[in-house]
Amino acid sequence: MSTTFIEGSIAVAKTVGVCRPHVISAYPITPQTHIVEHLSELVANGELKTEYVNVESEHSAASVVLGASATGARTYTATTSQGFLLMIEVLYNIAGMRLPVVMTCVNRAVSAPINIWNDQQDSMTARDSGWIQLYAEDNQEASDMHLQAFKIAENKDVMLPVMVCMDGFVLTHSFEPIELISQENADKFLPPFKPQYYLTPKNPLSMGTMVGPEAYMETRYFIEKTMRTTLQVIGDVAADFHNQFGRFQGGLIDTYKVEDASLVLVAMGSIIGTLKDVVDELRTKGQKIGILKVRSYRPFPKDEIYRALNHVKEIAVLEKAISLGYGGILVNEIKSVFYGKPKTPKINGFILGLGGRDITVDTIHHVIKDTVKATFEEKFIGLNESLIGGK
Amino acid sequence: MTTSTLIASKEQSCQTLLASGHTACTGCGEALAAKLVLGAAGPNVIVTDATGCLEVFTTRFPQSSWEVPFIHSLFENSAAVASGIEAALKALGRQNEAKVIAQGGDGGTADIGLQALSGMLERGHNILYVCYDNEAYMNTGVQRSGLTPFDCMTTTSPYGEFSWGNKHNKKDMPGIAAAHNIPYVATASVSFPKDIENKVKKALSISGPKYLQIHSPCPLGWKSNPQLTIKVAKLAVQTGLYPIFEMENGKITKVRKVTIPRTPVEEYLKIQGRFAHLFRSPNGKEEIQKIQAIADRNIEKYGLA
Repeated sequence: MSTTFIEGSIAVAKTVGVCRPHVISAYPITPQTHIVEHLSELVANGELKTEYVNVESEHSAASVVLGASATGARTYTATTSQGFLLMIEVLYNIAGMRLPVVMTCVNRAVSAPINIWNDQQDSMTARDSGWIQLYAEDNQEASDMHLQAFKIAENKDVMLPVMVCMDGFVLTHSFEPIELISQENADKFLPPFKPQYYLTPKNPLSMGTMVGPEAYMETRYFIEKTMRTTLQVIGDVAADFHNQFGRFQGGLIDTYKVEDASLVLVAMGSIIGTLKDVVDELRTKGQKIGILKVRSYRPFPKDEIYRALNHVKEIAVLEKAISLGYGGILVNEIKSVFYGKPKTPKINGFILGLGGRDITVDTIHHVIKDTVKATFEEKFIGLNESLIGGK
Repeated sequence: MTTSTLIASKEQSCQTLLASGHTACTGCGEALAAKLVLGAAGPNVIVTDATGCLEVFTTRFPQSSWEVPFIHSLFENSAAVASGIEAALKALGRQNEAKVIAQGGDGGTADIGLQALSGMLERGHNILYVCYDNEAYMNTGVQRSGLTPFDCMTTTSPYGEFSWGNKHNKKDMPGIAAAHNIPYVATASVSFPKDIENKVKKALSISGPKYLQIHSPCPLGWKSNPQLTIKVAKLAVQTGLYPIFEMENGKITKVRKVTIPRTPVEEYLKIQGRFAHLFRSPNGKEEIQKIQAIADRNIEKYGLA
């Protein structure tokens, strides 16, 4: 296969294009714009036959794909940050109605203060919405993940929406050599969408009806149960993808040099690339260190994480989001994996990279040194001491 | 009520596609209006509905009154969901399968859903949007909306020492819709059922976005006798307080004339508890005069006399 040197957003747009969505609807917001601009270009040039609906807000973008998906169409939208927050009401609705919409959440900080740079606070706010959330490490994975996303969402045992999360600017605006997916290969991988139920006068269904205390809870039970089934499907789809394309970026998780590691770094998204550089360097110096990438954040693969890390002595969880008033989010979920198990490793949490704060190799060295040295719940890394008045 | 196919009686010119057995209040104007809209539209439609009374009283799981494909999503997105349905039908080559009708109450249309509706109208979707106007948020307990009339008492615009009720004039929603340069805008009243049917049929024969606003009394919120729903609605038209007209391509092409001699607005106001405070105090006369002036302006503006 040949590679193309291409911007992450354009690669994603091209992959979404070969997935043959019937309806795309989006509202522009930095740094999601290049994705939707390129998709509208494909439509304007006749390369992509799709109904592209320009809307007046993200709330309507999500509502348009909701209506289109309910009518039996394959649909796509993309947003970030404030746009994502504006969409959230509809995101819950889409999941509750079991519509297999696929969206890109370009990860960006949330206002106030307004900040257009990358962290993962936006998608974290919808972790409980019933959407499947996948986090991409690099642009090849972000691009490939969209093809996989449609296949996961439309699986008749899943029928839940999928959100592909990719770090804003860090990925969306970076150029990398990418193996783009041809139309022929996409068609081979992703069959046409055949919904089991949709809006048509041939079979007049009522969707989105009012459900009282006698049945509402069961709708939540079924989504939760489906999330468990989805764990298997995500793994299967990644394996299918590996078979056809020869690329494997992980299923629910991916591991890097964890087999003999005593310290493992756990993270999601583009930070994994930096972690790999540091791990490679420290490995040459004899430090037994590895990485666990959480690729599927929802459903959360507790068992896979436990199996991968149960031999490890120390874990450092690095995350670009925070539950204000509680602390690290991912770190506490990783801790919960070990609850009630015979051996619990030391688990330290690190909040870093918020609002686009640089994460350098030095930052990671700092994290590792801290983890070897001490035990704590979590701490901010990379704070500007002159702004917080020193220690 | 979901499974039976109802046979239309001889008196009805249209099919019944909104099955009875729903939980609307006695004398509900909205239930009647929705039934008339569906009957005129026929079975080959897909309908959306905003959150509100209509959705609540017709779709309590596991039952549904809708004998046509129906979707309710949220309060403010009926028009956007309908836009998605219309786009999907086009993309799937199924545009001849069904016409799309979006529905909402006055709050879902003129307040929280106005932005999505504007987008739908601007983009030129082939959709009929129907606003059932009962002039307040009835589903949540009669709070004022942008379509609540002047001096009307609601639970958030109560009458008091410093208040005559709703301080603001009714938003000119048909005018706002027409400002999008759409081919068809009309108002109607449940008191003229044949007119609703004709307008729905005409709207659905026109390609592009259409807006229809139907005055639908709510006996609970209006504190009117449920038996008088039709009479109340008719008086709103006859006094000039609810102008009934058709606008095609921006021009008024048809109006329903008010009664001659003119019916004073008191006739309409006095049979509704939501205006009762205007008759209790001597100063209320002045307020009634202001309401009469609104009717007079409507009569002049739309040529209703």
